[in-house]
Amino acid sequence: MSIDLANQIVTGILTGLVYSLMALGLSVIFGVVRVVNFAHGEMTALAMYAAWALATWLDLDPLLGMPLIALVMFGCGYLLQRGLIDSFIAKPEHMQFILLVSLAIIMVNGSLLAFGPDAHGVQVSYGFDTYEMGPLLVDKVRLLAAAASLAFSLALMVFFRRSKTGKAIRACADNLVGARVIGLDVRRLYAVTFGIGTACVGAAGALLSMLIDVMPPTGPELTLLAFIIVIVGGLGSMTGALLGGVLIGVSEVLAGYFLMPSMKSMFSFAILIVVLVARPQGLLGGRK
Amino acid sequence: MRRRIALLALLSAFVLAPLAAGPYLLSVLVVVMYMAYLGQAWNIMMGFAGQLSLGHSLYGGLGAYVTAALFVNWGVPAVLGLPAGIAVAVAAGAVVGALGFRFGVKGVYFALLTIAFAEFTRVLFEHIPSLGGTGGLFLPVGSRDGVDLLRLRGHPLMFYYLILAMAVGAFLLCRRLLACRIGYQWLAVREDQEAAQALGINVFRAKLAAVMLSAGLTAAGGVFFAFYYNTLFPTQAFGMGRSIDIILAPIVGGLGTLFGPILGALILTPLGELITWGTEALGFKAAGLKQLCYGLSLLAIVKFLPDGVWPWLRRRIGFDPADDEEEGT
Repeated sequence: MSIDLANQIVTGILTGLVYSLMALGLSVIFGVVRVVNFAHGEMTALAMYAAWALATWLDLDPLLGMPLIALVMFGCGYLLQRGLIDSFIAKPEHMQFILLVSLAIIMVNGSLLAFGPDAHGVQVSYGFDTYEMGPLLVDKVRLLAAAASLAFSLALMVFFRRSKTGKAIRACADNLVGARVIGLDVRRLYAVTFGIGTACVGAAGALLSMLIDVMPPTGPELTLLAFIIVIVGGLGSMTGALLGGVLIGVSEVLAGYFLMPSMKSMFSFAILIVVLVARPQGLLGGRK
Repeated sequence: MRRRIALLALLSAFVLAPLAAGPYLLSVLVVVMYMAYLGQAWNIMMGFAGQLSLGHSLYGGLGAYVTAALFVNWGVPAVLGLPAGIAVAVAAGAVVGALGFRFGVKGVYFALLTIAFAEFTRVLFEHIPSLGGTGGLFLPVGSRDGVDLLRLRGHPLMFYYLILAMAVGAFLLCRRLLACRIGYQWLAVREDQEAAQALGINVFRAKLAAVMLSAGLTAAGGVFFAFYYNTLFPTQAFGMGRSIDIILAPIVGGLGTLFGPILGALILTPLGELITWGTEALGFKAAGLKQLCYGLSLLAIVKFLPDGVWPWLRRRIGFDPADDEEEGT
């Protein structure tokens, strides 16, 4: 195996870890609220624009902007669930789909109005630094972004395992009737969960802004990417989302290396079709 | 009786419309009928059989590309290319349906499977240079005056009456289907699949029939699109945006009803045009504003009329749902 290929694979793993964080948000929302967030990538794109705006106007490094964006996105997600999505939870899937698609249309075109059709990317001062690890060359930005993403994901897992709110949210996912019986405020917990999902998106978007450029069509592309990752990993499984992100990250660079970079999404969709047919619950999803 | 009269009045209004309409209004009416037709086709799968397809652009795109490629490369007239396009789309529908239904891919997962196939095909077609790739496939524009139905070349008026006939045909076909054995089987599957199976309905076959029929009708719509606009791009023919366009009319109009797709198309297309006109009249020329308003309107419609406009309107004007079609609830 050539060094070049090995470098590519490391790049894929590191980018994949950032994808994982974005997909984690989708997985958490679906696993608990049972709503498929068809505006997920569009929300990520908004977070990327926010990171770009902070970096350009306030000279704020996206790594430092990340907590701030995640916090604001948490609030947005909380209010969105409370004000709009909550009344659609009992409605059929296609109604939820149309609701979120109309939100997605609004976000894509709102960002087109605000930022125009051009690509925006954040160029940090250490953008071209690399670490030499044995024979490998690793981008500093990518490594930092992957580390931040992994830290955020792990913190979230600890939150769901240890904290009281986290346990209550898991209870809602496992047994909704039971959760109501013991007196949990399900509406509030759903809003918190949606907020956590959008916070993941906020953090992932801030990190992605250093790795890829954002323009209005980026949103729908990221939505599909997030879907592929969570289905491959298993909808509702947190470790599944992590694994799926890395897998898709690697498959993208391999498709780019062996075929053509523009064919990478075709490769990912082929993986999705195989997983849906052979193992619909995903690689790490449990049988329902 | 009142229903019959209303239907006839509506139909004659559409038949006579070109007398009063200029070229611009005619082009809007073509889009209305095209959306009504596609909505009707999609409704068979979702409204009747209860299978959510979010990748319907796959079938329209395949029909369009096959027929157009045959015409561009070998001069095969549309009338001969159409069956080929439909056959390819029906085969694709059979593959998607068979994989999904045989392996128990349900609900959201099935919807995502349909998206995956459509997106896969989109990227695939972007990498077929002989079909134009991302640069697009262009049909030679012939005379715009004559009427050549075999080759689908001619005056916009010909296209209007063609798509009107297709929409009326699809409406009548769906009406007929709902009164047939297969129609009742679809409704049974939609309402309760296990119960339908227990009654001895071959659920797999019923669902597969819905997908294949819906795919074939959608493909014919795609062929119309290709020959009317004379251009085909993978992003536009197979993209998510096209799939969303297809499903909006029946959902806004009223899912599972025969009038829903028509009413939905009659609302959405003029709404889009009105927003364009309004934003331009007010002096805004910003890109994205029109779509932004469209998204907001859509949001308002799903929020305030979640069952669609037709069930609400039907109650208002006092039509008895019993002699329309089945009820969605």
